[in-house]
Amino acid sequence: MADHILTQNSATVRDVETIRASELRRHHINVVLRYALLGGVGLLMLYPLIWLIGASFKTNSEIFANPGFWPENPTLDGYIKGWKTSTPYSFGTFFLNTLWIVVPKVIGTAISCTAVAYGFARFEFPGKKILFASLIATLLLPNVVTRIPQYLIFRDLGWLDSYLPLWVPSALAGDAFFVFMLVQFLRAIPRDMEEAARVDGANTIQTLIFIVVPLIMPALISVCLFQFMWTMNDFLGPLIYISSVDKYPVSLALKLSIDTTEAFEWNRVLAMSVLTLAPALAVFFLAQKYFIDGISAGGIKG
Amino acid sequence: MARLQLRNLEKDYGSFRAVHGINLDVEDGEFMVLVGPSGCAKSTTLRMIAGLERVTGGEIRIGGELVNDKTPGDRGISMVFQNYALYPHMKVRKNLSFSMRLKRRPSNEIETATQHVSGLLEIDPLLDRLPKQLSGGQAQRVAVGRALIKKPQVFLFDEPLSNLDAKLRASMRVRITDLHKQLKATGQQATVIYVTHDQTEAMTMGDRICVMKDGHIMQVADPVTLYSRPANTFVAGFIGSPEMNFLDAAMKGENSVEAAGQTIVLGDGFSRRLSAGGLGDVTLGIRPQHLRIAAAEAPGTLKGRLNHIEFMGHEVYLYVDIGPKRLIAVVPSSTYDRSALRDDWVWLSTDPKGVHLFDRQTGENISLAA
Repeated sequence: MADHILTQNSATVRDVETIRASELRRHHINVVLRYALLGGVGLLMLYPLIWLIGASFKTNSEIFANPGFWPENPTLDGYIKGWKTSTPYSFGTFFLNTLWIVVPKVIGTAISCTAVAYGFARFEFPGKKILFASLIATLLLPNVVTRIPQYLIFRDLGWLDSYLPLWVPSALAGDAFFVFMLVQFLRAIPRDMEEAARVDGANTIQTLIFIVVPLIMPALISVCLFQFMWTMNDFLGPLIYISSVDKYPVSLALKLSIDTTEAFEWNRVLAMSVLTLAPALAVFFLAQKYFIDGISAGGIKG
Repeated sequence: MARLQLRNLEKDYGSFRAVHGINLDVEDGEFMVLVGPSGCAKSTTLRMIAGLERVTGGEIRIGGELVNDKTPGDRGISMVFQNYALYPHMKVRKNLSFSMRLKRRPSNEIETATQHVSGLLEIDPLLDRLPKQLSGGQAQRVAVGRALIKKPQVFLFDEPLSNLDAKLRASMRVRITDLHKQLKATGQQATVIYVTHDQTEAMTMGDRICVMKDGHIMQVADPVTLYSRPANTFVAGFIGSPEMNFLDAAMKGENSVEAAGQTIVLGDGFSRRLSAGGLGDVTLGIRPQHLRIAAAEAPGTLKGRLNHIEFMGHEVYLYVDIGPKRLIAVVPSSTYDRSALRDDWVWLSTDPKGVHLFDRQTGENISLAA
């Protein structure tokens, strides 16, 4: 009797073990499949970028001969010659030019959009609703529609072939999207801290700088990041307003190497494209932490 | 001098009038509590005093000076907010000294003041923490410290304890009143306006209490007066727990009233307490603590059926149905002998001193004369 029960028990234990083992196996297969699929799709999406980086080290003839991304005879030729360009200016000049557009634009956007958003989110003034509605309305306006009037205005101001048309509108809170983004963010933050600051003796500007700006920092960093990347990548703006080669930003300068009458030096174009991508990627990964971090937690209870 | 005066203070939100021309005087060094149910405009009044809300009409004077058009920072006030409103990106030290840094005080002065305040509130170990690393009670003390460091003429508290648990609330209550006494003892101006919806807080903390309802002041008095001589049915019902019993009644002769078909004798000389013309339809108000179980039917007692008994430890709540009306009597456990059980008929006697008569139309207490 006892023996019988024992054997039965050990049989059950064995059963349980087999079931557990098969479950574990299934789990492993599942994980492998899932990651293989994710990795595959990820690779597929990244492939153009990987190919670009690989091809930038290839010789011009190999780019068309070898479809794989790994260069057979890696060479820095593309980078060296590409950097020199076919113009009297090196790519360094173009990078600097981009900087002259990006830096004032990002700083101007951050300051002006914060001020405008603070006004819309926290103050009552006559015509606020209409003004805010028209701000939002400009969001819906296709960019193309305003290109010609803008061009005419800037021409009359004598701003053509300068960087002013590229950054001044943004520095005056011309990007409704960013204002809207900050307004929405501010609306979610309780006013108590600003009221506490006013009781502590801060005026409007001090409240904005010492209290509001730190509170909206995550949103503000997103704004700067977007503005940075979009400006780096902007092609149409410089194309319309910049005509002298010595003022070209990188986005235009890349096109320059394609425009030359000689046969295209593809490896140079690709090499410079890689360099152009680098700052945007670097900034994104550096700022990623702040993108996600919220610091508003903890000041308010309830 | 840090006397606070409100004269015909009014606040409109569009066409809605939130505060109806209130008048209030808070003496120098006084602890004044504004109490009332939600929507009674007590917080609005406080925010107007702070300067966070524009005044529609009337005057606010602090230390005799008209402050209607002054910014909050220039009024000589400081405020503790319901949800603390600490600056989340600043450490406790910076939170405390923010107002002084705005005024560009010398750094050694800031340091001394910070040390003094943090010592007073026992928050010195927390000085290098961020607000998110503080518990509710600690954050509350930091918020009080931030108000204290300004050495204001008037302290404003906006329901500062409502986010704390019951135990912490009780200890913070004592701490704040102690702090007030301490400040007064050291000669610092310490006029306090304290807003709460909790009548226990009001009764235990205030030198005087201002009971508000719908933007009107119902009564301003010290806690004892408020409890024993409520000016109207609202105050009588709001102050005291459990709530005062109210019965519709009619005067019957000089010292008795008829309520729920029964006659209640109010005792000799009660009529002397009545204001002139205080006859006719009245509301009878008796606190649960002033009702006693009578041994047997006696003239002037109220007969009712015992509906429910709640044993609270040191006292017993008896719910007695008198006709359609339910009265609550609170008797000390020691005097309750458990002879009366549920559904038994009982007789309630009243303590004439605890009986109030209110005008049924206006709600005014007409038994306060003499």
